[in-house]
Amino acid sequence: MEKAAIVGIGQTKYERRKSGEIYYDLVYEVTTRAMEDAGYTLDDIGDVITVSNDFWDGRTISCMAVQEAAGAHDKNVSTVEGDGTLGALYGLMRVLGGSGTTLIVAHSKGSEGDPRVITNAMFDPVYHRSLGLDAVSSSALQASAYMSRYGVTEEQCALVSVKNHKNAKNNPFAQLPMDITVADVMKSRKIADPLKLLDCSPVSDGAAAIIIADEKHARKARKKPVWIKGAAHCADAYFLGDRNLAEAASLREAAKKAYAMAGIGNPAKEIDVAELYDAFGYMELMWLEGLGFCDPGGGAGMTESGKTAMGGPIPVNPSGGVLSAHAVLAAGLARIAEAVLQLRGEAGSRQVDGARTSLAHGINGPCGQSHCVWVLGKD
Amino acid sequence: MKNTELLTIRSGDTGMPYEWSIGKYGSRFFREIREHQRFLGIRCPGCGKVRVPPRRLCGPCFRELDELVELSDTGIITAFSVVNYPFIDPDTGLQRPIPYTYGYIRIDGSDNIFSHIINETDESRIKVGMKVRAVFRKPEEMEGNIRDIRYFEIIR
Ligand SMILES: [Zn+2]
Repeated sequence: MEKAAIVGIGQTKYERRKSGEIYYDLVYEVTTRAMEDAGYTLDDIGDVITVSNDFWDGRTISCMAVQEAAGAHDKNVSTVEGDGTLGALYGLMRVLGGSGTTLIVAHSKGSEGDPRVITNAMFDPVYHRSLGLDAVSSSALQASAYMSRYGVTEEQCALVSVKNHKNAKNNPFAQLPMDITVADVMKSRKIADPLKLLDCSPVSDGAAAIIIADEKHARKARKKPVWIKGAAHCADAYFLGDRNLAEAASLREAAKKAYAMAGIGNPAKEIDVAELYDAFGYMELMWLEGLGFCDPGGGAGMTESGKTAMGGPIPVNPSGGVLSAHAVLAAGLARIAEAVLQLRGEAGSRQVDGARTSLAHGINGPCGQSHCVWVLGKD
Repeated sequence: MKNTELLTIRSGDTGMPYEWSIGKYGSRFFREIREHQRFLGIRCPGCGKVRVPPRRLCGPCFRELDELVELSDTGIITAFSVVNYPFIDPDTGLQRPIPYTYGYIRIDGSDNIFSHIINETDESRIKVGMKVRAVFRKPEEMEGNIRDIRYFEIIR
């Protein structure tokens, strides 16, 4: 792959309800932040990709309402759904296709719609919707399948919430910084067995943006570019019953491809910090395995031993992760933005010392039907 | 059920509810209607254009705007269509009586077009270029939404 870099990032604070701001405001805020961060003006932006979803926005062709706030007037602008990582992948393709620079902007206001109705509607209307399957109940099924396959306990899954909410205390953008214990998670309200309230991410309002540039344009940016070493996306079957829910097969494939591009042979050793899409505590354990940071079934042990904590050999979600802020359409792009901050040494009190290689991960579809893996490098 | 029948499934009438923020300038727009029964636009210092309803940015100039402009309650019809098929207002669930006339109206003092209803359904009595005036709800009945404007009437 020709060299391409992330040269600008912007995030809003993530909150439960941004009642005074419309999507347009959020998009404008992160667009200007990312351009400022890059030291670019609008003339330096080749084209624009927005990330939105009509059901979440409550608007048909939702992208068109925000394009001007993304600075896309008279520019080549198009849209991808998903969590922002897929939009970034499309942006990378645009840059490799000759755009020079591409701005990717994702916005999400979970507070404006009904997440249960909206996520129920991602399931098949003939066989699944009437059963009530939604993001939470389908994930409860996956947690159950995974935990019984590997003998993982609820207490082990709870460790992820404890770690990530604590990390969020170092992230000024996070919605839920908290000091909680495994006991707090265990006694929190049952949502859908085995998931309890504190195993689940919130639904947030917020936005994120990044700017990707080819080598020539990256050299003009204000800050040192963060290079894209590898990026890959793989998808599994749509029907949950056609997948082995206890394994993240498409993550393994995506990781394999991204590592091959990045020349990574031993991810557990070579990745210094990772930002993963932990919509539920158990997911982080599964994704550790899918990314090859440990053997299948080893996610719980790895977490218990403190390897993924701040100060461990591979801190996972120093930002507090999705468990601490979940603006659904922007949460994957936020992972990339955080992975960039780590390599610039700009992550403040959540900085992982000496990080040279970071990984960002996003998902799309129920229970991580598809996974997008990004490997970023300082050099 | 015949043994050759291909089945379908109906979604039922359940909706997908939303609570959209209106934002700073949208809220100002509706407050101005309630308090002064007139429209509010916003001027771009770059291109000088006044747009109604007011919004935060001028897209072509990519500039943030803050110069609100008080406009009147009158305008000019630039296009119209007498609509003959039923429409259920998604906010109220009520059907608008048909036919009704959809108008594309340039509010006096603005540079873009505002869309609303014109209370004239006889095509022979309505022409592009005619002057119209907004008819509002009684202030005490206003709710802060687009229905606070009942319709535009032609000034003959
Ligand atoms: Zn302008």
